[in-house]
Amino acid sequence: MAARLLPASSDPIRPSGATPLAISLDGETVAGVAGQTIAGVVLASGRLAWRRTSADGRPRGLFCGIGVCFDCIVTVNGERDVRACQRRAADGDVVEIQHDALPEVRP
Amino acid sequence: MKVVIVGAGPAGLAAALAARAHGASVTLLDAADEPGGQYWRHLPPERPSANERILHHGWQRFTAMRRALEADAGCEIVMGAQVWAIERSDAPAQARTEAPMPAAPVVVHVLVGPPDGTGRAGRTFRPDALVLATGAHDRTLPFPGWDLPGVFTAGAAQAFAKGERVAVGQRVVIAGAGPFLLPVAASLVATGARVLGVFEASRIAGLVRGWLPKPWQLIGAAKKGGELAGYVGTHLRHRIPYATGRAVIAAHGTDRVEAVTVARVDANWRPVPGTEQRIAADAVCVSHGFTPRLELPIAAGCAISSSRFVEVDEAQQSSVAGVYAAGEITGIGGVDAALVEGELAGHCAAGGSPGDPEVRRAAKARTTFTGFAARIEAAHGIRRGWTAWLDDDTLVCRCEEVPYGRFRETAAQTCGSGLRSMKLTTRAGLGICQGRVCGGTVEELIGGGPETAAGGLLDQRGVAATTDRRPIASPVRLGELAGGIGPTEPTEPHLSKPTVQKGHQ
Ligand SMILES: Cc1cc2nc3c(=O)[nH]c(=O)nc-3n(C[C@H](O)[C@H](O)[C@H](O)COP(=O)(O)OP(=O)(O)OC[C@H]3O[C@@H](n4cnc5c(N)ncnc54)[C@H](O)[C@@H]3O)c2cc1C
Ligand code: FES
Repeated sequence: MAARLLPASSDPIRPSGATPLAISLDGETVAGVAGQTIAGVVLASGRLAWRRTSADGRPRGLFCGIGVCFDCIVTVNGERDVRACQRRAADGDVVEIQHDALPEVRP
Repeated sequence: MKVVIVGAGPAGLAAALAARAHGASVTLLDAADEPGGQYWRHLPPERPSANERILHHGWQRFTAMRRALEADAGCEIVMGAQVWAIERSDAPAQARTEAPMPAAPVVVHVLVGPPDGTGRAGRTFRPDALVLATGAHDRTLPFPGWDLPGVFTAGAAQAFAKGERVAVGQRVVIAGAGPFLLPVAASLVATGARVLGVFEASRIAGLVRGWLPKPWQLIGAAKKGGELAGYVGTHLRHRIPYATGRAVIAAHGTDRVEAVTVARVDANWRPVPGTEQRIAADAVCVSHGFTPRLELPIAAGCAISSSRFVEVDEAQQSSVAGVYAAGEITGIGGVDAALVEGELAGHCAAGGSPGDPEVRRAAKARTTFTGFAARIEAAHGIRRGWTAWLDDDTLVCRCEEVPYGRFRETAAQTCGSGLRSMKLTTRAGLGICQGRVCGGTVEELIGGGPETAAGGLLDQRGVAATTDRRPIASPVRLGELAGGIGPTEPTEPHLSKPTVQKGHQ
């Protein structure tokens, strides 16, 4: 068991509509709904990690959830170092996992 | 009078309304694409629902504030607006000396567009007055296994429950310290998760010491009566165990969390041997308090107190004339304190005075909250004994992967040579998060910490060194620096219709 998007039918806030979308994550199609962040889409698909650290190759995914820790960074449509918890997913986004050395903070 | 406000959380929204009521033109900036801040984080417009208000307290107040500002041609709301630097336009020494109302001596640099995008548009402001309301983020102490996927800050669980209706796990343990753990448990339950337990490190005796002298502050004066009763109700209904004097001291698993160890801790937060209990869980959410986001106030030159908050006077003005601060950056006092501070800051930034009748209620309410932050700190504040649950492999710095063992060795070899050289030698705090996650921990482990930072941790120039100093508040791409910085613009909205710019679209 893992993270899960609460199904609309059992959500007490009574959602009145959501538009499905799909992104690709390292070539695999992952389904979500419009308005979710990339981290939300990936988490709700059952994946907890989408990055390996450079020194020890440890898995990482969401940690702070509000754009502070940079654990969740991915490449989106060719743009590196995008915080997956901050960027809303767009239908057709091509998301790639970053395996490389940690990026430096840019001056 | 042109007022720029950074942060559209409770404090910033209240500031914008008050500044408008006093006749200033307002630009409200926030990096997020929806207003509301952390407290009123909500679903985006793409996901409408009939009853979202049940996830929130004060939802009506939020929607009313938002509607009023959005309908107001004198308030420009710019979302997706990352303030990445504040520059001083004078010599800092000149601060607060000149005649009646000099313009704030600051230049505010903003990038507008999708988070971490490559083509964001630059904007630059030179406001008459600046209100900083940038809030706080979770402070999570390291423990063995805290870097495993499935370990989250409590704030992450809250943000994804409220903002996406995603529960970060199905069998969840919540731990740490502070009143914030209760709403997180309630939100997780309302998002379909099972909360196995909430473990508060402070012990009853500490809680009583913190709250007993003025217990009404916890319930009555903080206007949290209904809110707290609601959480207690949720806990009873869902039989969520709530235990004090306990901490998650390790998370277990290979590629993800499978279980945690919870142990009793003494009054100093040192684990009591023999009291360990293993709980199988697929997520653990941990928060030991909050860290204010101080990089912008520091860049603006605002004086920071020894407990590491922006110092303000009765007008919410910082040590820099024309620069005001409100909300969690002036003390962790919760949403009600943020609202009244924001109102006073906005009113005074627009040229009003804290004695004016329009803000009498806010000024009076603020005195009620004075000391509230100190009480939270007294009851739930981090105690030094927590370091006993670290082992040599526990990462101190997640970005640069610096384990505690190596960190300690270096500290011993360099004989406590100070924060700056510790950071350079171990690289702790020099990763991409710029020390936001580990900064406080690194300071504490080398014997500093807020209480002694000013006296104890001096860098080479003899300036009090803290990990909060970050001239670049958010990573900026070189291309954006080269091409995207716009000319300084007047903050007066020159448009006749309400302006709400959504940088994310
Ligand atoms: C993840 C999280 C969840 C929380 N949830 C709750 C809760 O459910 N209940 C509760 O009682 N308390 C909660 N809190 C505590 C919360 O901080 C306060 O209750 C309240 O939100 C504080 O209001 P504020 O206006 O001071 O700051 P915030 O609400 O934090 O608002 C600050 C705003 O400033 C913006 N900002 C910061 N830096 C910049 C920048 N450089 N450029 C542009 N914009 C910037 C942020 O995007 C944010 O919207 C939460 C805290 C966190 C960190
Ligand atoms: S999870 Fe921390 S920045 Fe995205």
